[in-house]
Amino acid sequence: MHSAITRVWYRWLAIGLLAVFAHTAGAAAPGGVDAAMLAPLAASDTDAKLVAIAALGQLPDPAAARVLEALNTGALFATPAGRVLIGPGSAGGAARDPIDGSTLAMPADASAITINNRLRRAIAGALAASRLFADDVQVRLQAAQRLQSGSDVALLPTLDAAREKEQHPAVREALDIARANLALQSDDPARRRSAAELLGNTESAAFRPVLAALATPRADGSFAETDASVREAAVNALKQIDRHQALIEWTGNLFYGISLGSVLLLAAIGLAITFGLIGVINMAHGELLMIGAYTTYMTQTFFRQWLPAWIDWYVIAALPLAFAITALVGMALERTVIRWLYGRPLETLLATWGISLILMQAVRTLFGAQNVEVSNPSWMSGGVTVLGGLVLTYNRIAIIVFAALVVFLVWLLLNHTRLGLFVRAITQNRRMADCVGVPTGRIDMLAFGLGSGIAGLAGVALSQLSNVGPDLGRGYIVDSFMVVVLGGVGQLAGTVIAAMGLGTVNKFLEPYAGAVLAKIIILVLIVLIVQKRPQGLFAPRGRSVE
Amino acid sequence: MKRRLVLKQLTAASLLAMSGWMPQLMAAEDTIKVGILHSLSGTMAISETSLKDVALMTIDEINANGGVMGKKLEAVIVDPASNWPLFAEKARQLIAQDKVSVVFGCWTSVSRKSVLPVFKELNSLLFYPVQYEGEELEKNVFYTGAAPNQQAIPAVEYLMSEDGGGAKRFVLLGTDYVYPRTTNKILRAFLHSKGVKDSDIDEVYTPFGHADYQTIVANIKRFSTGGRTAVISTINGDSNVPFYKELGNAGLKATDVPVVAFSVGEEELRGVDTKPLVGHLAAWNYFQSINNPVNTAFIEKWKAYAKAKNLPNANTVVTNDPMEATYVGMHMWKQAVEKAKSTDVDKVIAAMGGQTFAAPDGFTIEMDKTNHHLHKPVFIGEINANGQFDVVWKSKGPIRAQPWSPYIAGNEGKQGL
Repeated sequence: MHSAITRVWYRWLAIGLLAVFAHTAGAAAPGGVDAAMLAPLAASDTDAKLVAIAALGQLPDPAAARVLEALNTGALFATPAGRVLIGPGSAGGAARDPIDGSTLAMPADASAITINNRLRRAIAGALAASRLFADDVQVRLQAAQRLQSGSDVALLPTLDAAREKEQHPAVREALDIARANLALQSDDPARRRSAAELLGNTESAAFRPVLAALATPRADGSFAETDASVREAAVNALKQIDRHQALIEWTGNLFYGISLGSVLLLAAIGLAITFGLIGVINMAHGELLMIGAYTTYMTQTFFRQWLPAWIDWYVIAALPLAFAITALVGMALERTVIRWLYGRPLETLLATWGISLILMQAVRTLFGAQNVEVSNPSWMSGGVTVLGGLVLTYNRIAIIVFAALVVFLVWLLLNHTRLGLFVRAITQNRRMADCVGVPTGRIDMLAFGLGSGIAGLAGVALSQLSNVGPDLGRGYIVDSFMVVVLGGVGQLAGTVIAAMGLGTVNKFLEPYAGAVLAKIIILVLIVLIVQKRPQGLFAPRGRSVE
Repeated sequence: MKRRLVLKQLTAASLLAMSGWMPQLMAAEDTIKVGILHSLSGTMAISETSLKDVALMTIDEINANGGVMGKKLEAVIVDPASNWPLFAEKARQLIAQDKVSVVFGCWTSVSRKSVLPVFKELNSLLFYPVQYEGEELEKNVFYTGAAPNQQAIPAVEYLMSEDGGGAKRFVLLGTDYVYPRTTNKILRAFLHSKGVKDSDIDEVYTPFGHADYQTIVANIKRFSTGGRTAVISTINGDSNVPFYKELGNAGLKATDVPVVAFSVGEEELRGVDTKPLVGHLAAWNYFQSINNPVNTAFIEKWKAYAKAKNLPNANTVVTNDPMEATYVGMHMWKQAVEKAKSTDVDKVIAAMGGQTFAAPDGFTIEMDKTNHHLHKPVFIGEINANGQFDVVWKSKGPIRAQPWSPYIAGNEGKQGL
């Protein structure tokens, strides 16, 4: 057997045995927590703490679980004299005695017991066993899943008892898997074989190492697993797992690609309007993203201060604000600087570059050079597991949906409103539109405001993924131009396809080429495509092209 | 009478006006100029701005206590704007034009490499306050940050220990430039010496400012199914935020796959929601959370300074390792100048070796007599929910730096100048 696994197994066995001793020692006060059991938690010896945690985990006493929970969340306190007590929660209140639950005043010299990852793991393991009998299905399921990765045979009776009692099919399945994992250590080849088959059916990569340990020969050509039929079952199970992992990897790349594509799309779509439709090379586009992100930060600060109950929805409130603020900034720019430079791309480029520097320095002066903290609302934290191993994170999903929504709204605006009609008219032939009475000056301003406002919306989305700092825009300006140029100037559909294409190609390349090389390959590809099709992938045809 | 009064008043007024000028006239005579070479704009401004401020605070403190050899220190601040060639240009300006006696500056290794030739050519003095990859030893530089054996190696040893989770497999994840590449080269050689096979080491690099860590996190997750895995991150500054966010959202907890970072400190965590990061690690020679009277006084001083000077977000300022290194370095330089009774570069260099200072890290640390590095204690801290670190491991005392890593072939016998 794999040496590391053996060692871990011995360690668990040792802890388990100690726990049993501790349990028998505590028999005088049957099943209850006593001060002697808690004393090691206050000491600095990690090994003693581990024994105490394991002992507490074996107790049916709810007080034991309370102590472990408190230790896990950093709410367990100890005085220098070795007295252990549960501290007040974040909501305030008095400290509690861990044994009888009575409230008492917090001693001034008490400090929180710090734990490390090793202890955290031990606590999770210890809590899992007792949680198998919890009332809440989700808690039971999580506990069972937690125990799937363990290799502590001492837990088998507990698992069997839980399986006996369990009614919920999902938890039963999870328990069966946990038991199968332990059954691999059984003496009976038939049990080992069926366990290997069951683990193969889970298609989970978590069991790959234990199965591989059965199926691969050791240095001297012998096998850890003596029975050939079990080895065969393990090999088949490995194949099954690998097939499924390949599927997960492929789906994962696709999802990552689409999500990267949506980020590119959000960053670029405002630019597609200002650059693509009005022909302004706006180097300050990135800074408009940044202003949108800072608006999110301000909104978050406001909500924390005044509406803490609604803090989870600050992102939604930030959307219209960011749109309005960046649209106003954009329109002000257009009226004061850019409109004097129409038809002079080089001057526009330099002027907007200057504006971008001014905006960055202004933000740096106002908010400081440091990044500011924007936290994900709770509904955007975490993720959903699909296909038994692929985690799709909620913030990425939210941004994909949001990008689709923005594209839809922009399409609606351009194709089904009067403003959109004017914008398209100006794009096709500015002088003719002017002649037939389209107020080109006003439309330019509004279109620029729209492009800027969308950049603000993108800023809100970006604030949920990466840093919010004065330099935020710098990272996206090149990518945005890449998308717009590749997609073809003046084409909304081109922008969408270019963004999605770049994102997916990048993400399918990354596992093979690495992040650095993938980015270089993408740039080379774009150069080649633009060489071949200078108008971009989806150039508008006909006389409208100048 | 009246005329005389007017005359008197005029003289008084002109004297007053003169006195406004006087300090500056005197300044040319009676101050020692100190150069500060940190990026105040561009990408590195995030980290380097606070080093400039802490240097100014230390200068104020030294001046308030009578200056150096009775002379006041005068700061000359330049902004190399995160632009590596500009670092060399600004360094030359400080030394040749402003005639500074010493320069405190640089953060990234590439900026340090860029100014080295200038300091050698003009025989001036640089204090470099940041942990780095080693493989360098210059007569004109004093390194007050950690060498690899004072940070990276102890951190990996901790990860391999029982308490650190007994890691068997390692993902070496870094930004693509000289510091991560060299550090990972040393770490790979170190891991080999501990019997870790190449198949259990995964080395991954990202571009500067990388923001999309989906693929990398998925790969770490897959890699970790092969055995206890730890991630050693040399990701630079603010790229860490999207990395940790992705890690948290993908459900990879510190209890499953701990990440130890070498470039993440209190300052970097200011821009992060730390709840999903609890339990991840960082290795430094100083944490703000270290409890001793010197550190308490240092933090108090810094907070008061930030408030008095109205620095941005003054109520949430934190201290970190490079700030402490700047503070210690400047005090040691002062002591060396006083010992040498001169600001002459060669005399100060000779006087620097063996200087000691009661540092905020809780030890009286010493400048090595030969290798221009400080003897530093090593701490490993776990990120807690307040954006601070709980120390989970510390070295028994200060460790002597090995700028030339013994794990790289050809470095034997290269330990001093």
